[in-house]
Amino acid sequence: MTSDSKPSSSDTRGGQTSDRLVAEAMPSFTAGEILARLGRTDERIVCMTADLKYANRSSDFETEFPHRFFNVGIAEQNMVTVAAGMASCGKLPYIFTFASYLGIMCAEAMRTACAFTNMPVRFVSTHSGMSMGYYGTSHHALEDLGIMRTIANVTVVSAADTVELEAVLKASLTHEGPMYIRLGRGRDPEVYTQPLEDFQIGKAIRVREGRDLTLITAGTELRPALDAAEELVKRGIDTRVVDLHSLVPIDEDEVLAAAGETGAVMTVEEHNVRGGLGSAVAEVLADHRLAVKFKRHGVPNEYVPVGPPTSLYAHYQLDAPGITEVAEAFVNGA
Amino acid sequence: MTIDVDLRERLQERAQFIRIQTVDLINIARNGHYSSTFSAAELFSTLYYHTLNIDPKQPDWPERDRFVLSKGHAMIGVYPVLADLGYFDASELETYTRFGSAFADHADMTRCVGADFSNGSLGHGLSVGVGMALAGRTDALDYRVWVMTGDGELAEGMIWEAAMTARQYKLGNLVWLVDKNQMGLDGYTEDVMNIDPLDEKIASFGFDVRTIDGHDLDEIVTTFDALPPTSGDRPQAIIANTIKGKGVGHMELNPAWHVGGPIEGDAYDALVSEIRGETSTAKDYWPRGKTMRD
Repeated sequence: MTSDSKPSSSDTRGGQTSDRLVAEAMPSFTAGEILARLGRTDERIVCMTADLKYANRSSDFETEFPHRFFNVGIAEQNMVTVAAGMASCGKLPYIFTFASYLGIMCAEAMRTACAFTNMPVRFVSTHSGMSMGYYGTSHHALEDLGIMRTIANVTVVSAADTVELEAVLKASLTHEGPMYIRLGRGRDPEVYTQPLEDFQIGKAIRVREGRDLTLITAGTELRPALDAAEELVKRGIDTRVVDLHSLVPIDEDEVLAAAGETGAVMTVEEHNVRGGLGSAVAEVLADHRLAVKFKRHGVPNEYVPVGPPTSLYAHYQLDAPGITEVAEAFVNGA
Repeated sequence: MTIDVDLRERLQERAQFIRIQTVDLINIARNGHYSSTFSAAELFSTLYYHTLNIDPKQPDWPERDRFVLSKGHAMIGVYPVLADLGYFDASELETYTRFGSAFADHADMTRCVGADFSNGSLGHGLSVGVGMALAGRTDALDYRVWVMTGDGELAEGMIWEAAMTARQYKLGNLVWLVDKNQMGLDGYTEDVMNIDPLDEKIASFGFDVRTIDGHDLDEIVTTFDALPPTSGDRPQAIIANTIKGKGVGHMELNPAWHVGGPIEGDAYDALVSEIRGETSTAKDYWPRGKTMRD
């Protein structure tokens, strides 16, 4: 068990696999469970995985709908392309595996089989960023947003916690074309306490109001960014926090509002600073010729050292204390 | 086994039509895939004019048979068939490959009515077909899914991932049709990346395998007609031994004609005559054991 691991009732399920590593990867919330609920009324929904059904808990869907669940073995590109074929016959496939495989290995299959064809295949990309910690670079996905947001027709969304995940999955039922849904390990602390009834793909959520600085973030960094904002307020920096869950389509109005109303904008992401959320926000600002005080905060363009996730977040100042320090120095002109 | 004479003549004439129309479309594009299409002409003809349960008036009919052309560079031979069957007006093909056309060298299913899936990335088609077959099984529809691959593209790993999936899910509604025309772009498949013994390989992945002469319409029709019901639990494979460039002597097994330029004037008339079997040109087979890199 890594030091960041939050014990949860679901951890006991790992024992069924007798695989310690899988047990550690086990999420405490599950898209599979939510999709099983949605699948009761939407018969188009099918789920697939590539020999990771316990690690990503797509098994929760299989339990209820064994005949609508397909495990293709360790063959991710095949999974993506099979899903495209199913979608062409009216199915709504949700395909689960690590973001490192769906977002990087399967980029061509996404582009050619799903996106060019505009098939409604949903990539449920778990364990994104460096949340796999000491498993190493092969299991990290710090490039996936940069890849996916350059593929036309692909909607790119992140979910910060299980409440937002449910909102994303509900919205995905009627959304056109393929979607890349970026998730953490599923151990991510909760942010939203109430269902997001008004959730819309492409419409950012202003989670916290503020006047001096806006932190624009998404997914796994939303919780630490909010915690950092509270500390920043104590230090005299009134901090707004925006959950930019949709990178494509991006909510330009909310980005422009941050630039116009708070005067300083810092993006926070568990992704290479090249090509991800920070780059997307910078493009909006540049396109509108806004010379706002701006900083991208994320993982530099390098391979991360070995370590448990908490150590890596601390190293890159992507935990709450780190974000606080970086933001304070930024606002104060460093 | 022999088939009805009228049927054979009809399919033979349509195979000639496919080859001639391929030349006509290449003359619009000024460049295109001759020999990969010629090897598949009898297979296309039999599928579209005899075998597939399709309705051009209902291109999205959920219960139709599907045809996935994994070797998408032969799509130039399918477009004229789709037009001929009435999926769209034949005059639309005059735009072939020109700016804004619905018809590229490889298919775009969002633009080309009657194309069951887009293609162009070799190695994708069998996975696409597996997905279609799984969907049919899930919905208890008894349509059949046909996937045509080449032989060179069988070096792609995803083909074999899909083959395993087809057996694992007992997809008796899937037919993998190999246009084994012997050549890729750089020479003979066996010299570039050997895939033989292909029948044994595919059988070892759990398919029922039949090997036929892919230019013999009697054999093609009787084999297609004799496939077991789609409710079976074993995926089906048909290896069609073909000749890349079949129908035009100097194009046969000659990599120079994988992609070729326009053929017009007297040369066009001579080519059409040969395709119709009225004349012949000398064969110029590529030497075995030689690749373009040698």
